[in-house]
Amino acid sequence: MSSSSNIGAFRIKGAGRHTPARTARFTFDGKTYTALEGDTVASALLAHGVHLVGRSFKYHRPRGILSAGPEEPNALLDVSWDSARRQPNVRATVQEVFDGVKIASQNRWPSLKHDIGAFNDMLSPFFAAGFYYKTFMWPKEAWAKIYEPFIRRAAGLGEAPKEEDPDHYANRFAHCDVLIAGAGVAGLTTALSAAATGATVILVDEQPEVGGALHHDAATTIDGQNGYDWAQDAAARLKAMPNVTLLTRTTVFGYYNHGFLGLVERVTDHLARPGRNLPRERLWQVRAKRVVIATGAIERHMVFSNNDRPGIMLASAARSFLNHHGVALGRNVGVYTAHDSAYEAAFDLKRAGVSIAAIVDNRTDPGEAVLAEARALGIDVLTGHSVTDTSGRLRVASMTVVRNGGANARKIKIDALIMSAGWTPSVHLFSQSRGKLRFDEANQRFLPHIYTQNCVSVGGCNGTDDIADLVGEAIAAGGGSIAVTAENRFEWTGGMIGAAEGAGPDTAVKAFVDFQHDVTAKDIRLAVREGMHSIEHIKRFTTNGMASDQGKLSNMHGLAIAAEVLDRPIPQVGLTTFRAPYTPVTYGALVAHSRGELFDPARKTPMHALEAQAGAEFEDVGNWKRAWYFPRRGEDMHAAVNRECRTVRDVGGVFDASTLGKIEVVGPDAAQFLNLLYTNAWDTLKPGKSRYGIMTREDGFIYDDGVVGRLAEDRFHVTTTTGGAPRVLHHMEDYLQTEFPHLKVWLTSTTEQWAVIAVQGPKAREIIQPFVEGLDISNEAFPHMSVAECSVMGVPARLFRMSFTGELGFEVNVPADYGPDVWKAIWERAQGIGACLYGTETMHVLRAEKGYIIVGQDTDGTVTPDDAGLSWAVSKKKTDFVGIRGLKRPDLVRDGRKQLVGLMTRDPTLVLEEGAQIVADPNQPKPMTMLGHVTSAYWSENCGRSIAFALVAGGRARMGETLYVPMKETTIAVEVTDLVFFDKEGGRIHG
Amino acid sequence: MLLIHCPYCEEDRSELEFRWGGEAHIARPENIAAISDEEFTEFFFLRNNEKGLTYERWRHIHGCGRFFNAARDTVSDKFLLTYKADLPKQPIAAVEEALAAAQDKVVETWEQTEGDAR
Repeated sequence: MSSSSNIGAFRIKGAGRHTPARTARFTFDGKTYTALEGDTVASALLAHGVHLVGRSFKYHRPRGILSAGPEEPNALLDVSWDSARRQPNVRATVQEVFDGVKIASQNRWPSLKHDIGAFNDMLSPFFAAGFYYKTFMWPKEAWAKIYEPFIRRAAGLGEAPKEEDPDHYANRFAHCDVLIAGAGVAGLTTALSAAATGATVILVDEQPEVGGALHHDAATTIDGQNGYDWAQDAAARLKAMPNVTLLTRTTVFGYYNHGFLGLVERVTDHLARPGRNLPRERLWQVRAKRVVIATGAIERHMVFSNNDRPGIMLASAARSFLNHHGVALGRNVGVYTAHDSAYEAAFDLKRAGVSIAAIVDNRTDPGEAVLAEARALGIDVLTGHSVTDTSGRLRVASMTVVRNGGANARKIKIDALIMSAGWTPSVHLFSQSRGKLRFDEANQRFLPHIYTQNCVSVGGCNGTDDIADLVGEAIAAGGGSIAVTAENRFEWTGGMIGAAEGAGPDTAVKAFVDFQHDVTAKDIRLAVREGMHSIEHIKRFTTNGMASDQGKLSNMHGLAIAAEVLDRPIPQVGLTTFRAPYTPVTYGALVAHSRGELFDPARKTPMHALEAQAGAEFEDVGNWKRAWYFPRRGEDMHAAVNRECRTVRDVGGVFDASTLGKIEVVGPDAAQFLNLLYTNAWDTLKPGKSRYGIMTREDGFIYDDGVVGRLAEDRFHVTTTTGGAPRVLHHMEDYLQTEFPHLKVWLTSTTEQWAVIAVQGPKAREIIQPFVEGLDISNEAFPHMSVAECSVMGVPARLFRMSFTGELGFEVNVPADYGPDVWKAIWERAQGIGACLYGTETMHVLRAEKGYIIVGQDTDGTVTPDDAGLSWAVSKKKTDFVGIRGLKRPDLVRDGRKQLVGLMTRDPTLVLEEGAQIVADPNQPKPMTMLGHVTSAYWSENCGRSIAFALVAGGRARMGETLYVPMKETTIAVEVTDLVFFDKEGGRIHG
Repeated sequence: MLLIHCPYCEEDRSELEFRWGGEAHIARPENIAAISDEEFTEFFFLRNNEKGLTYERWRHIHGCGRFFNAARDTVSDKFLLTYKADLPKQPIAAVEEALAAAQDKVVETWEQTEGDAR
């Protein structure tokens, strides 16, 4: 085989910008092809005459390559980089070919040429717009089991990979004076102009090379050079400047508030053997002082019957494949157009030796210059004619041409058809910036109108068609004084939106508006007839523009068809909002390194490793990993917790309490400040003593609780709940800074500064005694609720005599770094005495046995201190504290509020379910009167029975009453009790 | 993502560093324990939630930690002015003047405009 036929029968010798010697082999559906380096998958397949690349979403119609850019709706393929790396729904027009890449078509079975799903095309009357909403409604049960799986299998596109993504992704922040989106003539000129002023510039383009429309437009001359060559020179000049960053293969996908933009750079997708250190993609988060949008325009297709056969393509795409890739899309090409630009494509093809069957122009008055050139080239032009149909099963074979309004149709044989309905300015980024568009009636397009951010649109996306005007606009946008002269061969005229001849309201043909979602002109009219009069409703009912291409080709056509049926002008029907991302962005790029262990980093206490060594099972409490229980060989959780509960009460236990929130409150007004933030009184607390405090919000509901120790007149050691620490500090700062700024107080978070080792149980003092230096910890000298600074094993420590178990207890606070050593020593001694390690589960059971609440478990943001049985902790003497007024609200002082009480099941072996509802009469017909719910429920090994807390309406007046907890299978009888189940006299705590 | 000027740090910083703090200039009554139910309702529960110019609190929680006030247009999300927490509500005319003076700047500091006035 000669090398020219080897790289494809449709390669045109001398055309294109790739080097013929640099080839790459790839497979498509298992067959091997040879491409040239620089080819996209689309151009490489077309070079071999392959047009059929996929099946459509709903009707499974054979589809080909429609475009040459990111707007591609049809050619979505499955790309495998190697055995581990695969991605579905990749646009063939964007993906570059490299040696060894494996490409597969999607949405077909058993093969692309013989697809069972094409049966759907014959059933299409049943798949009209909105069919999802109307069909498959009955029977209800069939939805989950039959309809949905069927629809998903039948209508899906690609198949998501099941393995974890082996690639890594990077994230970068950047700042600049000017960010320019798009490096075509407009973007490059703006960049040269802006760079000349010394501004820092980031110039971004989604393609591998700069040039934009110059990829297809070979007739532009800039500064005396061929346009594309000028663009590459300009890029080289820009790259050499220290104040310019040029990013290719990078898409500006989102334009957010205050000049913030999201970019995604594709780093390795085009490489056969990427270095392992390279990220696959890089997310750029850029804050730009000014933004220049130079995103150009996208050509539209013509909406006519059977406009979706493989071989039918946008005119500019055919021109790109020829002029950039050196590939002709066929040997005998038809042209259907409403705009002059398709003529230039025909001229280029003709000059490359491709026969042009005819230019069918539905206008009567094409531009004179293009008409003259067509005549000179001997191309047959049929003005005032339309293509009303095509034929060909897997590839277009003919076009049916009719004089507008006439009846005599004739079929013209072709092997490809190019089309153009004109150009749609890419106003996506402008619209994302919240700019307001206006409708340009003369040219039937939306253009940027009112800017809300510091940005400007230049060139095609601003409706500036003339290249000399465009260059002038770009130089001005850059702010520099440079000179660039550019000229085009032809001035363009024409353009249409909406359905063309033969696809009007009185027809039933399949004239596709949205290729990716199989939406036809008829579907849009049906939506209007069925009552969808807002463009937003029409969009959702038909799914027009809702595919991954976001209607880049279809939006304007869909809008025009809807406006026609509604008989309203287009600006009144309105355009749907453009939203980020402009093109699909991988989750990988957005997530970057925030995956696995870094997704939500765990907080671990200083003793975590020692606890893990001791066999702890951990539970998540907020971001913390807390030791849950310490099972011994052969123990399940239940057995371990029962043993731990017994041991703590019989001997003693050691517990890691480091996660408790800690805030140091310091200053001459510290006591006064705490008086205002807690319901209790703090000025009466003596240094060396601590007290349990409750914090309410202004509305009177419990916000947090914890023990507060007073170390000195002006220094308090405040503890909070584990989960509440950050919000409590925020709450305190809020009041200190904005309501009580006259108070001299300083707040510092010390949660992670202290390792906290709780030693609880009758032998607690015996366990810690030898380690404590400089402090008498006898019951007389250091009674319950004492606090002191001392030294433990030579380490400066804060020692609390306190208990969350109801036993004699101490909490040893040492600087975090000393935590593990102190823990080791204490545990070694405790073990010798017969104590155990215990975790959060045992802590929960022991505190419940003693009636101690957990804020957030036994309270839910609607519970007052009195509801929780803690009215003793609310000062009656203070004239102000946060919540003082809220507590007097009528609803908070009424009778019958839900109050926290204990529950004992009549059958002591039954443990209630937390969250279960409580009723007085189990035989009441539904809906039953719910009195409240269970908040905590455990098996208490020490009580030899199950225990529970519940919030029950009027609970404290129901002591001794029998209530019922209806469960799915059974109804459980319970007796209302007080909250204390163990050691009701409370003597043990003072031991 | 918003760009917010902290009047204490005197820096434009990303929204990531801040936390929104609700409507501004709602003073906690000095005699809160004595106010009527209606007054408490007005103070605690009712908020204007206006479309357009709104005065709100922000905290530079991952920066200096200070609370401050901002005048923001909730339609465009433009910050018209940010100013320190102990300053009174800036009148609308002053805010609009600040916006006009700011022109191409996204955020204008209170110090600059007030400094000029002085």
